[in-house]
Amino acid sequence: MNPQVLIDGLMAGALYGLGAIGVTLTYSILRFANFAHSELLTFGAYAALALSSALGALSAGLLEPIAPFSFGWALPLAGLVAVALTGLLALAVDAILFGRLRHRRSSIIVMVMASFGAALTLRSLIEFAFTSKPAYFTRELQIALPLGQGMRATPDQLLSLALAAILVIGVHLLLTRTAIGRSMRAVSENQALAGVVGVDVRRVIRVVWLLGAALACIAGIMSGLLVQLRPYMGFDLLLPLFAAAILGGIGSVPGAMLAGLIVGLAEAATVQLVGAEWRTAVAFVILVLVLLLRPQGLLGRAQA
Amino acid sequence: MSVELVAYGCFFLTMALTYAIMCLGLNLQWGQTGLFNVGIAGFVAVGAYVSALLTTPDVADRLGGFGLPMPLGWLGGSLSAALIAYLVGRLTIRLRADYLAIATFGIAAAVQLLALNLEPVTGGPFGIGFIPRPFAGRAGDPLLFSVLNLALVAAVVLLLYMALERLVRSPWGRVLRAIREDEPAALALGKNANRFRLQAFAIGGGIMGLAGAVQAHFIGFIAPENYLPMLTFQVWAMLIVGGSGNNRGAILGAVLVWGIWALSAAFISATFEPGQQARAASLQIALIGVAICAVLLLRPQGVLGEARVVSRHLLEAVGSRKIRVATDAQPVRQPPE
Repeated sequence: MNPQVLIDGLMAGALYGLGAIGVTLTYSILRFANFAHSELLTFGAYAALALSSALGALSAGLLEPIAPFSFGWALPLAGLVAVALTGLLALAVDAILFGRLRHRRSSIIVMVMASFGAALTLRSLIEFAFTSKPAYFTRELQIALPLGQGMRATPDQLLSLALAAILVIGVHLLLTRTAIGRSMRAVSENQALAGVVGVDVRRVIRVVWLLGAALACIAGIMSGLLVQLRPYMGFDLLLPLFAAAILGGIGSVPGAMLAGLIVGLAEAATVQLVGAEWRTAVAFVILVLVLLLRPQGLLGRAQA
Repeated sequence: MSVELVAYGCFFLTMALTYAIMCLGLNLQWGQTGLFNVGIAGFVAVGAYVSALLTTPDVADRLGGFGLPMPLGWLGGSLSAALIAYLVGRLTIRLRADYLAIATFGIAAAVQLLALNLEPVTGGPFGIGFIPRPFAGRAGDPLLFSVLNLALVAAVVLLLYMALERLVRSPWGRVLRAIREDEPAALALGKNANRFRLQAFAIGGGIMGLAGAVQAHFIGFIAPENYLPMLTFQVWAMLIVGGSGNNRGAILGAVLVWGIWALSAAFISATFEPGQQARAASLQIALIGVAICAVLLLRPQGVLGEARVVSRHLLEAVGSRKIRVATDAQPVRQPPE
């Protein structure tokens, strides 16, 4: 097998991991599988695209590529604003839809269905605004650097990998070392009990949405930078994200990242050994195997 | 009225009724049992492909066809869809409620991928053509042909409707609703909740497979792009609008939503220039999403709402003694001692 599989798999895996962390957090704290999560990813990417082209129109210098990378300062600046916008969108959807259903004590399945409706609406509106034609952050070509052993990666790829690693460590520290992290874990253990001992459950829910949306937005921008932007980019990631979240164990951040990498590597290996047309089946096969063999996931705890 | 208009009306209704069959299957899974299936397109596709493989004449470059009679194709299509539903249910129903949703989503993606890539069996992206159509001998007379087809599909819907109504009023159907409403209580009465759920899921999947087979034979041609996730959303919109838990609502919703869909598609192609049509069509899809959310928020019971059903024996007994039954379960107040 070509060692390049390792790089390709890690790149896709880092992206899946970031998305899956958002899925696993909303799942463990809001207690439903949010099918609209992947649309936050699409929204974040397109928001960054719109903002960075607006910045570029203001000052062409911002589009000038920064040293080894293919993009100018417009993209990181636009990315920061896009993260905020994606967070706002998540809070707005929660206020309009999920919050009301939660308030009414709707069943899990009604929430899942509502997330489906929300996903459909968001995706179609993005498609309406930006058309289904693929878009790109930059037209610059990049030369892949040799990394030894016949492996190559572009500077953009290495940057994304480093950024993903920093984010995962950051989220892990936030959950394990800070007060809000402790509250989040408490709510995911037992929402009613956490409320009784004085945890502000509504604040925890807001933080979860913001955190999940921010990670989704960054994953979306990374995917747009390394591949391309399409209105269906998030939808196509849905199965790998869920597979990674369940494989990692619902609620486990390190598990989601590890499982994301596993799914990414398995896909890259499949492309190499079986054929590129079967790549999208990998996530499904992994999902079925986890549900058969270890439904609680790699790092999750067994529960009812 | 011109012949074309009547023929088109029949065509429209026949299509709508094939969706009504899918809707009836979903109603058994979701409306009666509370099982969330997001892979409807997958089960429909399995039914369509299996039936097409069984009934098309033998061709050189792919497996089959076996040239079997159409009823056998319908039967094979629904049995294979039921089998797949059984396997998916077997895997996930004992786990968290929404794992079933994720797994069905995966099944639909996997079926789509197989249809696209397994060219020696499914014909790949080109699909399967020359699927025998019912009453093909009468195709020379478009009016008679479309009326006969409509009558056939309507008969299927009617039979299915009567069978399902009978089923939901049977002890089996009551157990399903008992599990949906209060699982611990049903368990305490000794009902194996997961086994009942699995049965309902498999039967519902089989009905979706039947819908796929009927539709494939009506159109005469199938391809992977007929079974995109969009189909799943359409059927969901139909059931939610019509009123889940209500078989008549499922049929009404299918005709209503298919009507709105066809009208808005005609409107889009009439008002927008060809370059903008795909874009305008995305608004059509956004509308379905908004409709699903709005119904969940504003009118969770749908247009018709759930039909409250009790055992027909109870109704007969009650009717003969002229006792009014309170439809809403009201607490009976005990007089103070």
